[in-house]
Amino acid sequence: MSEAVRQTWSPASEADRAILADLRESVGACMQCGTCTASCPNWHAMDITPRAMWRMIQFGMLDEILESRTFWMCSSCYMCTLRCPRGLKLTSAMAALKRLARMDGSSRARKNSAFYEAFMDDVEAHGRVQETSMMQRYFLKRKDPMLPLSFLPLGMKMMRKGKVHLPSRGQGGVLKPLFAKAREMEGLS
Amino acid sequence: MMYAYYPGCSLTESAREFDVSTRAVMERLGAELIEIPEWTCCGASAAEPVSQLMNYVLPARNLAIVEQEMDGIDVLAPCAACYLNLLKVNREVVGDRHLHGRLNEVLAASGLFYRGDVQVRHLIDVLKNDVGAKIVEQKVTEPLKGMKIAPYYGCQILRPYPVFDEPGRPVSMEPFITAMGGEVFEWSMSNRCCGASLMMGHPDVAIRSVADILSDADGADAIVTVCPLCQMNLEAYQDKAGKAGGKPLPVLYLTQLMGLALGLDQEAMQLDRNLTLSAAVRKDIATRAWAEPEPETEEETAGVNA
Repeated sequence: MSEAVRQTWSPASEADRAILADLRESVGACMQCGTCTASCPNWHAMDITPRAMWRMIQFGMLDEILESRTFWMCSSCYMCTLRCPRGLKLTSAMAALKRLARMDGSSRARKNSAFYEAFMDDVEAHGRVQETSMMQRYFLKRKDPMLPLSFLPLGMKMMRKGKVHLPSRGQGGVLKPLFAKAREMEGLS
Repeated sequence: MMYAYYPGCSLTESAREFDVSTRAVMERLGAELIEIPEWTCCGASAAEPVSQLMNYVLPARNLAIVEQEMDGIDVLAPCAACYLNLLKVNREVVGDRHLHGRLNEVLAASGLFYRGDVQVRHLIDVLKNDVGAKIVEQKVTEPLKGMKIAPYYGCQILRPYPVFDEPGRPVSMEPFITAMGGEVFEWSMSNRCCGASLMMGHPDVAIRSVADILSDADGADAIVTVCPLCQMNLEAYQDKAGKAGGKPLPVLYLTQLMGLALGLDQEAMQLDRNLTLSAAVRKDIATRAWAEPEPETEEETAGVNA
């Protein structure tokens, strides 16, 4: 394919193309049986069925894929992976789609990856997740003042049950060298 | 029986009762748990959407410590997400020379190296294959007297790697429920996803799953779980799930109930920490409110067991 055609067809950065190439390989053997869709507990919240998503990856329909909310609805239950007659790692493919969309950086991607990022930031800072500081990070990333309010009644209930703990130092920055090295190797900032 | 114990972050935070009950029950059953020194987070299901490499590095760091400092003894993880992430290193990285090399290149930044020789075991795996329901039955002093218990397995101890149970129709908790004097509540949602972290960003989607699970468990006296996230989702959103058709129900960790049956008291099992265990529910559990009344006189029972 010529460079010009490729760019018109689906403009993608180098990093996007690398993830997409991995994805195409990982679902290349999909035979479109639809067992994944039938097994998904969250199918009702998806705009494109998992089966159709694999086909779109095979076709390299990057723009349409990135516009979809389907992969954000994956809760990593692995039912599709367990049942796939081709033995494809479909849950991992959904996670790869989340990574692809994060690199693309749309506002939908920022909103949907906010929890994962808040979690990982907290792990990097403390070595172990400190639930109160992780939730603070999550609320800050979501920038939605109503969101903390929606969790307030549960927070109060948990506090009464002695389930809320002030953040401690945890294990400190013991994981920082590992995060730095992985970032360097994966070419992420 | 000695294990390298990996509690995981949740068990040091909102799920401390799972940690306390696991340690107490395993001690009663003759297993020695040694906490992995300076263990760190496994990444749960948040690492993979952020970094493919960290998804393996985070759990592998802990396995490397066990390999280097604890003679590579089996790791015991009570949390489903911790278990799967640790297991994934052995299943997906070890054996893949390229990926294994990359993993160790990152670990080297902390002076660590993981060869790949540490076995990862979930709590139920250890209970089933190393302890056995017979031992539990022998040690029960306060039987549950027919409490109808719905075993909830969730996802990640069953899938994608079936190790100690049948992922389509899990049964591994059943002999233990019977051993404790409970009755297994038959239902079809025991391996259905609770919505996991979707509860954070898309609660409407996750609450629908919780409602389906709770309504299927209607008729049971309690649900038992072995995952802090399942426990939280099934317990904390029962009022919202109620509007979507779910029935409120007490939810406990398997180890809490097992501790009670083994003669530990409610305080030791921290029953007051569970969001669904009100004072009234705790009293019902203490008095075994569901128990069939004992036959009153000898005459009535005469001949019954003949």
